[in-house]
Amino acid sequence: MTHRRVVVTGLGATTPLGGDVTSTWAGLLAGTSGVRSLTEDWAQTIPVTFAARVAVEPSEQMERVELRRLDRSEQFGLIASREAWKDAGSPEVDKERLGVVVASGIGGVTTLLEQYDILNSKGSRLVSPHTVPMLMPNGPAANIGLELQAQAGVHTPVSACASGAEAIGYAFDMIRNNRADIVVSGGVEAACHALPMAAFAAMKALSTRNDDPAGASRPYDLNRDGFVLGEGAGIVVLEEYEHAKARGARIYCEIAGQGLSSDGYHIAAPDPSGAGVQRAVKFALRDADLTTADIVHLNAHATSTPAGDVAEANALRAALGKDADHVAVSATKSMTGHLLGGAGAIESVFIVKTLQDRMAPPTINIENLDPAVTVDVVRDKPRPLPAGDIAALNDSFGFGGHNVVLVFKSI
Amino acid sequence: MALAQADVLAGLKEIIEEVAGIPAATVEMDKNFTDDLDVDSLSMVEVVVAAEERFGVKIPDDSVTDLVTVGDAVNFIVNASK
Repeated sequence: MTHRRVVVTGLGATTPLGGDVTSTWAGLLAGTSGVRSLTEDWAQTIPVTFAARVAVEPSEQMERVELRRLDRSEQFGLIASREAWKDAGSPEVDKERLGVVVASGIGGVTTLLEQYDILNSKGSRLVSPHTVPMLMPNGPAANIGLELQAQAGVHTPVSACASGAEAIGYAFDMIRNNRADIVVSGGVEAACHALPMAAFAAMKALSTRNDDPAGASRPYDLNRDGFVLGEGAGIVVLEEYEHAKARGARIYCEIAGQGLSSDGYHIAAPDPSGAGVQRAVKFALRDADLTTADIVHLNAHATSTPAGDVAEANALRAALGKDADHVAVSATKSMTGHLLGGAGAIESVFIVKTLQDRMAPPTINIENLDPAVTVDVVRDKPRPLPAGDIAALNDSFGFGGHNVVLVFKSI
Repeated sequence: MALAQADVLAGLKEIIEEVAGIPAATVEMDKNFTDDLDVDSLSMVEVVVAAEERFGVKIPDDSVTDLVTVGDAVNFIVNASK
């Protein structure tokens, strides 16, 4: 079998910065925060009163009947996949060669909780018959697959906050292993609800900067105090290179490799040695047949937690060595918040735009750079990237010790 | 007191529009839920529960399979209200 290369031919997103890729990317380059105070009454009952809600409500982008049959995470997934599919030119493809891999960290958690409230207050007769298809974590992937009539396989890897990146890696493997020619992939999350937020707050994982929501997500800043919960979806259309060329598709860039590893250290805390992250970077570069010298940009996981950001930065410095000096590191969660299972997916969308525009997005809210951070952080405003052949990394980590690194390169 | 057929049809039209997004004007007595109105099995459960609430009748699960057309549902509800 000849080596099958995989390229990106479509992008879609709905995020705290915008209802599509164009508005999101513009907000990102402008250094806009998508974090706001929550207006719901329940927000006053938990220690954290802000989050990064989507900028455009699904009710502005979908029909009413469709909305009521879909969990919010499924709504986000369909909105982003429709944009991505259109962006890819609505390709004609053999349905048996079309796949979907879309992940979520927690799935339809708001549906689960709302229906539980109905069960308790009104009884089982009024529990919606749509509950199960709405709460299942594979619901977003399944709904996208149904809409596109994908028949090569619909999958949902779950690895907490690494889920979105793992989904794209899985899609990449489906194409290079000749199981599909096009795969719609990415991640979604819709967990802005009292229970998940109270639970993350109980772990001391969330920022409690209630008086300054827009300044709360501050990766690498000395006074960071936790992540900010975000919601939304990011979708990329991956396609086999010759298939894309044959139909005259617009090709953004190539996805050249992935590295997966696990820490074997702790259920939630990052391994301070960073060995697992280093392994994932090494595997990813080897898979892509690249070296550290080829990498010019990295979209970091950097969630704004005190332990995580430094552990990651140290691991990257160790993995990239002296070549880390020419890697422009962007922590876009400073603007989008942390989309959990959607994070690795929207950050992959951002890398694709970064390679297209040759412009790395900024990291905002760094007032005092933590001196323990030894990577080259893009601060305050975007930074131009060099001309010629360039490559970039997206790293994502999830509770459970999951590490995923994806490699994208210009084409 | 038995409900009037016209009132039940009017109520069902509203429920079906709410649940399935079918314009009320297209919901007529002879329309088949599945073939004409595209009301799937899950949405049919919603229609039944909403109808029970609205008209104050019981529609047992084993009767639901007999409700093929809108007219079947209207007549069942009218009879059940007697």
